[in-house]
Amino acid sequence: MTDLVWLIPVFPLIGFLINGLIAKGFSEKAIGWIGSASVGASFVVALLIFLELLGMAPEARSAQKVVYTWMLSGDLNVPIGFLVDPLSIVMMLIVSGVGCIIHIYSIGYMHGELGFRRYFAYLNLFVFNMLILVSAGNFVLMFVGWEGVGLCSYLLIGYYYEKQSAADAGKKAFVVNRVGDFGFLLGMFLIFIVFGTFNYTDIFTAAAEKLPYGGALVTAITLLLFVGATGKSAQLPLYTWLPDAMEGPTPVSALIHAATMVTAGVYMVARCSVLFALAPVSMTVVAVVGGATAFYAATIGITQFDIKRVLAYSTISQLGYMFMACGVGAFASGIFHLMTHAFFKALLFMSAGSVMHAMSGELDMRKMGALRKKLPRTHWTYLVGTLAIAGIFPFAGFFSKDEILFYSFERNPGYWIVGAAAAIMTSFYMFRSVFMTFYGESHVDHETAHHLHESPPIMTLPLVVLAVLASVGGFVGIPIFPGLNVFGDFLAPVFAPAKAILDHGVHHAAHHPLGLELTLMGVSLAIAIIGLLFARWMYITDPAEPDRVIQRIPGVHRLVYNKYWVDELYDVLFVNSIVAFSKWLWKAFDDAVIDGIVNGVASVVRRWGSELRLLQTGLVKDYAFSMLVGMLAVIGYLILR
Amino acid sequence: MTVGRNLSIRLGKMEMVTLQHYLFLAAALFCLGVIGVMFRRNLIVILMSLELMLNAVNLTFIAFARYLNSMEGQIFVLFIMVVAAAEVAVGLAIVVAVFRQRGTVNVNDVNLMKW
Repeated sequence: MTDLVWLIPVFPLIGFLINGLIAKGFSEKAIGWIGSASVGASFVVALLIFLELLGMAPEARSAQKVVYTWMLSGDLNVPIGFLVDPLSIVMMLIVSGVGCIIHIYSIGYMHGELGFRRYFAYLNLFVFNMLILVSAGNFVLMFVGWEGVGLCSYLLIGYYYEKQSAADAGKKAFVVNRVGDFGFLLGMFLIFIVFGTFNYTDIFTAAAEKLPYGGALVTAITLLLFVGATGKSAQLPLYTWLPDAMEGPTPVSALIHAATMVTAGVYMVARCSVLFALAPVSMTVVAVVGGATAFYAATIGITQFDIKRVLAYSTISQLGYMFMACGVGAFASGIFHLMTHAFFKALLFMSAGSVMHAMSGELDMRKMGALRKKLPRTHWTYLVGTLAIAGIFPFAGFFSKDEILFYSFERNPGYWIVGAAAAIMTSFYMFRSVFMTFYGESHVDHETAHHLHESPPIMTLPLVVLAVLASVGGFVGIPIFPGLNVFGDFLAPVFAPAKAILDHGVHHAAHHPLGLELTLMGVSLAIAIIGLLFARWMYITDPAEPDRVIQRIPGVHRLVYNKYWVDELYDVLFVNSIVAFSKWLWKAFDDAVIDGIVNGVASVVRRWGSELRLLQTGLVKDYAFSMLVGMLAVIGYLILR
Repeated sequence: MTVGRNLSIRLGKMEMVTLQHYLFLAAALFCLGVIGVMFRRNLIVILMSLELMLNAVNLTFIAFARYLNSMEGQIFVLFIMVVAAAEVAVGLAIVVAVFRQRGTVNVNDVNLMKW
């Protein structure tokens, strides 16, 4: 079955081709189910390969499968080759599983849209590219998937292309991503110069010999790769596209900007764990950027009123956690959080979509309230998602976040403090959103209240499935008791080389200090509950309290509410000058120079033509004369030769 | 007496008519034909000049056939004559058609192809 790994990306590709090229005039049901079934088929194949891997010995769980020799030129050998190992199969399962659920949800959510077919085609194309990204066995093929998901993100964010803000948001996402990709490419080129190959296995086994520990070369490579990751995964400073990306349909936000595409950066860092382990400077950079982003985005999330924006900043913040985990060496924990985050964030976004659907498109939480009676299922699923993200036992987020906080504390208590602060804010703003939307007094306006209705089962059933996953998904990574951290053990062989490098020279206790771990767990739980209680106080018990707080710190509030004016800063620093240059190129250079050259060529031809046509007198004698002249010329040439 | 002596000398010993004489004659005829084609305005006269050119060529062939003692030149002349006859037939048909169309055989008036 591992031989058939290429089927996993190919199924959604077929779905894209059918929906994109052939399905004109098909019913919504047909289009939707073709799309969902293709991703579902990928999931089935991934599951079968996963089961096969489980049956193999842990050290043997790595297989490469080359399908086609793509580029072959001198030293350069880039095949279309896939790598099947625990890390890639976990990613494939997440992408295809959550993707399938979201596709099914979309059938209900996008009902009645004119561009229904286009949506499903693009969504399938996205899943294809994402699966290529995670299953690729070399950097170039991964980059193909990397760029492909960026393209699909652009297409889907700008799905409502007639809306100016949506079109702008799509453009912004693509351009900011490109900035990151530039760094990624440079990193790739450096890797090729050092190793002469792009193949993962060859590079990572040779890394320790070819790259001296802590050297400038490996630091440069990893920092450049990380720049690419910051772009794709919306970390400081390349995060600005993600909140704007909420212009796209909600399932798109769920799939691309929560569960899968934005996790590509984390996957890449985890995949290159060996390289990062060799560069302690880069590890610190990754951890610091991750932690800072987690904290920073959480502060912004507290002030926003648009429910999707809150979730967007929450995503940025959680991605920061994942990077912080990788930065302190806990790569498996980062991937664990990636998985649980995929579950609960997709759940949260889709529930928010359900709310939006019921509220006839309204997103402002100030205009909601007391919705739990009208939308019971949506309420329960959103609540489960919130409990998970806040890190409350026994939901999934508790285990993954706690693991990250523990390893961060081991590395440096400073990271833990940042992480804990972000955690308390996370709990606060997530419960804030729950209470503002579903509890308290209703601020729903009369018109909307008429149309308020629970979503159809095709939308709520996927929510329930994800809620179950968000509830029990954490149990694959239970800490402390040996053998219960199934997830970590499964991924351990992938990260063993990196771990060996990191542990080298550092004396580690044979077992984790049990007391410390339990204490930190207790603290995590306490933090989450404090956040919950704080939010309850502010939004249920005493709804006037938030305004009072704002009045006490008006300046700070304005700063945070306006997202620290980062967008405006970037405009002034970069965007405006480039836009001005583009305008100049368009009006002056293109009109005068380019058109001038083209028109100039045309006018020269015309002038010659008007002079040459004077030869056409229409008189036979002139033609006879020219024949004579020609004949004389030929004879003369032959004689004089 | 001088004239008479020249005359008798000339009559007594005539120059041989060499190949060059024939060739000069043919060339002269050819040039006359070319000039006729180029500068005469009447279509029929142009056709006649064309015939003159053909006949000049015929003369050349015959001259060479005689002086190289080869029959090939003469056979080729027969071919040329046949072709000339056919061409004249067609040419005259075209002249008749042109006259019917344009009412004139002045070649300067047939200039619809002017730019």
